[in-house]
Amino acid sequence: MAIDKPYLDIPGTTVFDADRSRQGYWLNQFCMSLMKADNRERFKSDEAGYLDEWPMTHDQKQAVLARDMNRMISLGGNIYFLAKIGATDGKSFQQMAASMTGMTEDEYRDMMVAGGRSPEGNRYVGESTGASRDDGAPE
Amino acid sequence: MSARISASVFTSHVPAIGAALDLGKTTEPYWQPLFAGYEQSKAWFADHTPDAIVLVYNDHATAFSLEMIPTFAIGTAASFDVADEGWGPRPVPRVIGHPALAAHIAQSVIQQDFDLTIVNQMDVDHGLTVPLSLMCGQPDAWPCPVIPIAVNVVHYPVPSGRRCFNLGQAIRRAVESYDDDLNVQIWGTGGMSHQLQGPRAGLINSGFDHAFLDELIASPAELADKPHVEYIREAGSEGIELVMWLIARGAMSDVAGGPPPTVRHRFYHVPASNTAVGHLILEN
Repeated sequence: MAIDKPYLDIPGTTVFDADRSRQGYWLNQFCMSLMKADNRERFKSDEAGYLDEWPMTHDQKQAVLARDMNRMISLGGNIYFLAKIGATDGKSFQQMAASMTGMTEDEYRDMMVAGGRSPEGNRYVGESTGASRDDGAPE
Repeated sequence: MSARISASVFTSHVPAIGAALDLGKTTEPYWQPLFAGYEQSKAWFADHTPDAIVLVYNDHATAFSLEMIPTFAIGTAASFDVADEGWGPRPVPRVIGHPALAAHIAQSVIQQDFDLTIVNQMDVDHGLTVPLSLMCGQPDAWPCPVIPIAVNVVHYPVPSGRRCFNLGQAIRRAVESYDDDLNVQIWGTGGMSHQLQGPRAGLINSGFDHAFLDELIASPAELADKPHVEYIREAGSEGIELVMWLIARGAMSDVAGGPPPTVRHRFYHVPASNTAVGHLILEN
């Protein structure tokens, strides 16, 4: 019997469950290595070479090199692990989050200051987006 | 005399709050309203400094990678270093533990059928240090020992609200069976609504958050039945951290038939970076 996943109908959201965790194990463990300052330096001096030390898939490595956060998440990355890449790049959590929404940093920050993204229209895939604060919502 | 839980504190633990404190930005217009909401809390804490804090938080891929993912872990060490989460360690004091009380809680709670992982070596991240900063300010040393209770809310499935609420009750029984006259607080941290990932990042649901605060105060046993998917759908993928608040709430004496707690402080603010900040102080 398949595992029940009642969260698959939430738009723009990937729940880091056991299947994702298995898929992203080495991607996330690579990220974990960036907790050490020495490793951050080695990664920054030769990103591709450092990635080749890890048994990650080609797609995962390309997504890291491109800093494509949504792609990394679709390949099993978890945001708290991926945040180590952002930290290595000197980016804040807000900059990382903004990069996943299709909004500019300023647009995202303004949305947050105005109260954040409304849940209206953002609860179910295919739900009509009625709220005016939904600029960055997925298509 | 035995130990007792005198109060519970609930607060978000947003890393940007720690950075704002550490970089001296607390009076900037963006941050001033948030820190103003904790002024009363710091005064309360200075008057009600306990002998120990049981601090419920989650590790954010800091001490626990994907190598090991304990659902509930208790820190039994004499001290805990402040982690380098990738930006360098926060410039805050190391955290002093309470090994004797922690070992007692571990033994008691495990015998109440909660399989805590016992951790004798662990760095602590912003989930634990930001609440201390919010309540204690920037002292040279934290004012009392802290027992970390780390809950997995990163790798789904996380423990249910019901399981968290029951764990809190077990922790209360454990504390009350400790043969020393200790004043203990329990803190529940994380939340409130926020989502850090994907195209839906930035979700904030203040209606959900206010209702959660109301129910946490008045009807926590009913709140404990809220299913995971409702947290994720309504409060964002990282809003599920709120289950940890139910551990601290479950440790309050009204759950065991005592009188309702007194609400000493309630505060809510949007935003801190990506997150809605909620805060409560309840006294037994």
